Amino acid sequence: MLELKNAYKTFYAGTANEVRALRGVDLRIAEGEFVIVIGTNGSGKSTLLNAVAGTFYLDDGEISLAEHDVTAWPEHRRAQLIGRVFQNPFHGTAPSLTILENLVLALRRGQSRGLGWAIPKDARDQLRERVRLMGLNLEDRLDTPIGSLSGGQRQSLTLLMATLVQPKLLLLDEHTAALDPKSADQVIRLTERVIKQDRLTTMMVTHSMQQAAHLGDRLVMMSGGQVVCDIRGDEKKHLRPEDLLARFEEIRRSDLLDESAAEMLAEMYV
Amino acid sequence: MILLLGSLTMGLILSLLAFGVLVTFRVLAFRDLTVDGSVALGGAVAAALLVRGTHPLVATAGAFVAGALAGTVTGVLHTRCKINGLLAGILVMTALYSVNLHVLSKSNVPLDPEAIPTLMSYAGSASQMTDLFGWEVPTRELIVLVAAAIGVAMVGFALHCFFQTQWGLALRATGDNDQVIRALGADVGWMQTGGLALSNGLIALGGGLVVQYQGFADVQMGIGMVVWGLASVIIGDSLVGTKQLGWLLCGAVMGSVLFRLMVALALRGGLNPNDLKLVTATFVFVALVLPDVWKWWMSRRAVRNVA
Ligand SMILES: Nc1ncnc2c1ncn2[C@@H]1O[C@H](COP(=O)(O)OP(=O)(O)OP(=O)(O)O)[C@@H](O)[C@H]1O
Ligand SMILES: [Mg+2]
Repeated sequence: MLELKNAYKTFYAGTANEVRALRGVDLRIAEGEFVIVIGTNGSGKSTLLNAVAGTFYLDDGEISLAEHDVTAWPEHRRAQLIGRVFQNPFHGTAPSLTILENLVLALRRGQSRGLGWAIPKDARDQLRERVRLMGLNLEDRLDTPIGSLSGGQRQSLTLLMATLVQPKLLLLDEHTAALDPKSADQVIRLTERVIKQDRLTTMMVTHSMQQAAHLGDRLVMMSGGQVVCDIRGDEKKHLRPEDLLARFEEIRRSDLLDESAAEMLAEMYV
Repeated sequence: MILLLGSLTMGLILSLLAFGVLVTFRVLAFRDLTVDGSVALGGAVAAALLVRGTHPLVATAGAFVAGALAGTVTGVLHTRCKINGLLAGILVMTALYSVNLHVLSKSNVPLDPEAIPTLMSYAGSASQMTDLFGWEVPTRELIVLVAAAIGVAMVGFALHCFFQTQWGLALRATGDNDQVIRALGADVGWMQTGGLALSNGLIALGGGLVVQYQGFADVQMGIGMVVWGLASVIIGDSLVGTKQLGWLLCGAVMGSVLFRLMVALALRGGLNPNDLKLVTATFVFVALVLPDVWKWWMSRRAVRNVA
């Protein structure tokens, strides 16, 4: 489904600020797999997702997605295969457009946009139903500008927009990190439901131990721009927070993670 | 009375300029300075075609096309060559000055509707008079005013419809949050370029109509037009007091007409024409700064009241 081969990305190459954000990432994700991505701040999680989405091009390596070699595709072209939810609730929606207008925009993800009416006759009822199913009580406010909604509501709608046209791959980058615990919980439950329902191939970055242990069927840990740990199958299913800690320690011993990073991880996730 | 009719008509024609400025500044959130160049380009192209005996409707359409091309160049400079948006506009505007001189082949070309057919020629001769509520006014002025009102209403309605299409909606989203539109699979670069083409097309169309109405084309006619367009949009915004696009379009027309009337009155009241642009610029400056100053002042007062 998704395959990264030997992916390299360096920011500010050749300057004092050089950051080697991806250092030879190899990753294969099968269709329908739900992958949790964890790692310390600056370990390259967002860079990995951005590289897949096409926010920038790789310095070296290849990306293929759903049988296409997308390495040289610009972001907007990859968007026909990818749905995204960002960490910042402001990034995923157009604030001065109404809920309905945002949704019809999403309805044409990956298709050309011509001079046909943006809101076809039957779209309103159809989208209203989709919003109702989200259980957000927003179905009667379709004509409200999205900017007037709360972060949690916006994030839920962004999730709906990302999956309205079923994507080949769903990318979630700490999409609940900016929300209060209650909204975060609600958005996570929605996320789980949508992914299960449509059997979406998903990569989800999180800093929450809870989410890392309980969600997904595979867990990938990044450190220093590399994948240093990959847990799947039964092992992932029975993974407890303590086990994860033990894994951190193990990785530290084998020198893949330096001391401070291990401490940071332990602090962050426990 | 003739003064009133004249400024009404001019205000209506120039609402096309206000529409164009609205599309870039408000909808796309792009500060486009091509405006001055494309007003004059529209005027020059229309005049050059008319002088060569082209049908007035074709000449007017030619103005639109030329403006759209100019907008496309600004768009390509900004989105493909990665030049700062303000600078891209200034570059094209500057280059257009020479282009316009070439198109016109001299700096001023008269367009007498009695001598060469222009859109004005359809409105009859200048000598016929009509009685309007007791005032003697040239029939032609009245006809042109009504035609301008209908024309602007049609263009405004067409724009309103355009913004309800898939493309128009994507354009609005681009100005609102370009990250979203990229994630939803549209090329932001082409969106901006398309918006700039539309905007400058409208502006040049305005220029093409102005030269026919005033009966001459001049390479200098574009100077300061971006500020005039902005002034109209700002006045319009405060008149309608909403962010809904349909209303903003209405506001732009009202703003343009009102602005023209104010200018005409000020000139009649003894304002030195040489000071006109200074006054306009000051007005726009104040209108842009005033809301912030007001907020700052109110918050200070609130603080003082608490203390
Ligand atoms: N667009 C960019 N330009 C320059 N540097 C960048 C850019 N994106 C990421 N980086 C750098 O690359 C490194 C990896 O960043 P990345 O955002 O991928 O980390 P992360 O694992 O997502 O961290 P966090 O948990 O804080 O979100 C960091 O040092 C960051 O400063
Ligand atoms: Mg990140």
